[in-house]
Amino acid sequence: MPLMPPAKKTRWSWRSHTLRSRVYQALVVGVIVGLLWWLAANTAHNMQTRGIQSGFDFLTQPAGFDIGETVLPFDSSEAYWRAFGAGLLNTLRVALPGIFLATVLGTLLGAGRFSRSVLARGLCATYVELFRNIPLLLQLLMWYLLLAQALPPIDSPWVSGPLQLSKNGLAWHGAQSSEATLTLSPEFLALLLGLSLYTAAFVAEVVRAGIAAVPRGQSEAAATLGLSPRQTLRQVVLPQALRVIIPPLTNQYLNLTKNSSLAVAIGYPDVLSIANTAINQTGRAVECIAIVMAVYLSTSLLTSLAMNRYNARSAIRER
Amino acid sequence: MTAPHATLIATQPIPARPAPVRHEGALRWLRAKLLGDWPTALTTLCIAALMLYALPPLLDWTVWQAVWLPRLEACRAEGAGACWGVVAEKYRFILLGRYPFEEQWRPVVATGLMLALVIISCIRTCWRPWLVIAWAAGLLAGFVLMYGNTLGLSRVETDRWGGLPLTLLLATLSIALSFPLALLIALGRRSNMPAIRVLCTVYVELVRGVPLVSVLFMASFMFPLLLPQGLSIDVLLRVLAGIALFAAAYTAEVIRGGLQAVPRGQLEAAATLGLGYWQTQRLVVLPQALATVLPGLMNNFIAIFKDTSLVTIVSLYELTGSLSLALNSDADWRAFKLEGYLFIALIYFGFCFALSRYSLWVERRLQQV
Repeated sequence: MPLMPPAKKTRWSWRSHTLRSRVYQALVVGVIVGLLWWLAANTAHNMQTRGIQSGFDFLTQPAGFDIGETVLPFDSSEAYWRAFGAGLLNTLRVALPGIFLATVLGTLLGAGRFSRSVLARGLCATYVELFRNIPLLLQLLMWYLLLAQALPPIDSPWVSGPLQLSKNGLAWHGAQSSEATLTLSPEFLALLLGLSLYTAAFVAEVVRAGIAAVPRGQSEAAATLGLSPRQTLRQVVLPQALRVIIPPLTNQYLNLTKNSSLAVAIGYPDVLSIANTAINQTGRAVECIAIVMAVYLSTSLLTSLAMNRYNARSAIRER
Repeated sequence: MTAPHATLIATQPIPARPAPVRHEGALRWLRAKLLGDWPTALTTLCIAALMLYALPPLLDWTVWQAVWLPRLEACRAEGAGACWGVVAEKYRFILLGRYPFEEQWRPVVATGLMLALVIISCIRTCWRPWLVIAWAAGLLAGFVLMYGNTLGLSRVETDRWGGLPLTLLLATLSIALSFPLALLIALGRRSNMPAIRVLCTVYVELVRGVPLVSVLFMASFMFPLLLPQGLSIDVLLRVLAGIALFAAAYTAEVIRGGLQAVPRGQLEAAATLGLGYWQTQRLVVLPQALATVLPGLMNNFIAIFKDTSLVTIVSLYELTGSLSLALNSDADWRAFKLEGYLFIALIYFGFCFALSRYSLWVERRLQQV
């Protein structure tokens, strides 16, 4: 005999779980919507009384300020949206090499924690503790100051082949032309150095945890099967370690991208610095902050999407 | 017939291992740890060479040739190393900011109070309900002490606050304010009610997607627009609210990890005993969840502590900001800013390193239980 489904409760009393949960949800949503509405109404009223214009129409007006360094040429007569675009490109220009450098250095440091040499282990551990426990902002300011003090003066740069290093930054001179074809400003160098060295310490911890998560028995079993240390690493340890490493590594990449907003402290024109200038010039704080948040949110989402793809590929397929 | 992994399977027996070598004695230990096989030996030699190359000049600069007394001529002399005299000269300004000079005992006492609270919170026998009351009372006392305007203390506006007390106040207050909020958000994300779950998820993902600097910009530029006219909130409180709201999202994720680790059977057992939702969470779920994620929470607290340095971007003079303020205004000592940075880096390092060691210790204690 098939079991009959329980009779549907139709009585709406306060004891009904469904009713209570609906009431609670309605209350919470109501309070939050009310709060948001109140804030929006205040903002609209304040902007009206203070004569602040709103809307995104300013984006097509000429920016009227220059940007220290850009990927694509930019001058002050171009529109605000181009300025924001230049800022976004600058953010990416520092974040992508930063991610690469942090990954390489962090992997070396993390693997170094398993070295048989006490000296190597000690060095890696000291590095991680030192760089992890000092605020990034302070490190950036220090690198910037160090570069400003230590770089040779502009009229007598340090030359090595096509590379020239001076207080103007690192310049790459093409084969024939005397004009620099690629210049990296001291601000860029300080930001890149600070971000990659700081994040490398965290990547090292992620890598260390990932390798430590592979049970010792796995490499012992591989050795028993007659695999060489190299084969053991490639076929047995790394595939299992990567599965543990990739999700927290994604977080570190996202952190690096978000931390690149500290550029504002040393005057590198990333998207947040541009927004800051735009707020000071146009007074449209709400719009500019909304643009910045949208930019970072979409970069974060895109990075997690890409890393999730990679993670799905590297994850061990279970039955 | 060949097996798919024929190359992986050894066909020859592996030669027997040699008898174990005696590993006793300091010399043997050193040889094994430093020179084991040739890659190890190579690594050791490379690092030793690097250290021999880099350490002497570094030690020369930081210790042997350094100037420890606040003498400007000695610092400027040719071949002089680090000028630690800048710290001796400016330590009051760096540590206490622009707080009125004759009233500076007040921030010192407030700092001591907060440090004492942090220290007793680290002792396990003090993990009692009164600790929460002690924190509330201590933070209130610290605030009153700094702000004054009562008990015969003169009023000191928050824009004069600075240095270490401000850093500690921002860190402890934002941790204290964000924690209850984070608890609610973490519970909300695992709630059965879809609307609440969606709200909490959206909040966490939104906040985690943006950098703290942009939240601080929002707190200092946009916040005044959000409030009704005539109601203005002090910039310190706005920034504090910004950090707390930001930190709550991260803390909530850590706590959620712990909530997920509590076995379902625990919830079912609690339901069988007739406990309601809040009773279940308070008596059964949270004690287990928070104990599991204590190391994660400590890491999170360290991150918040380090993040307070960002408020200097919106012109609050905590440790990093007060250093710039102290040295930028003085043309004589401005040249030795690096030493100043190293000094406050040491302070930050001291706090963060101590906290992380403590968290490791707690983790080991919890594993033993």
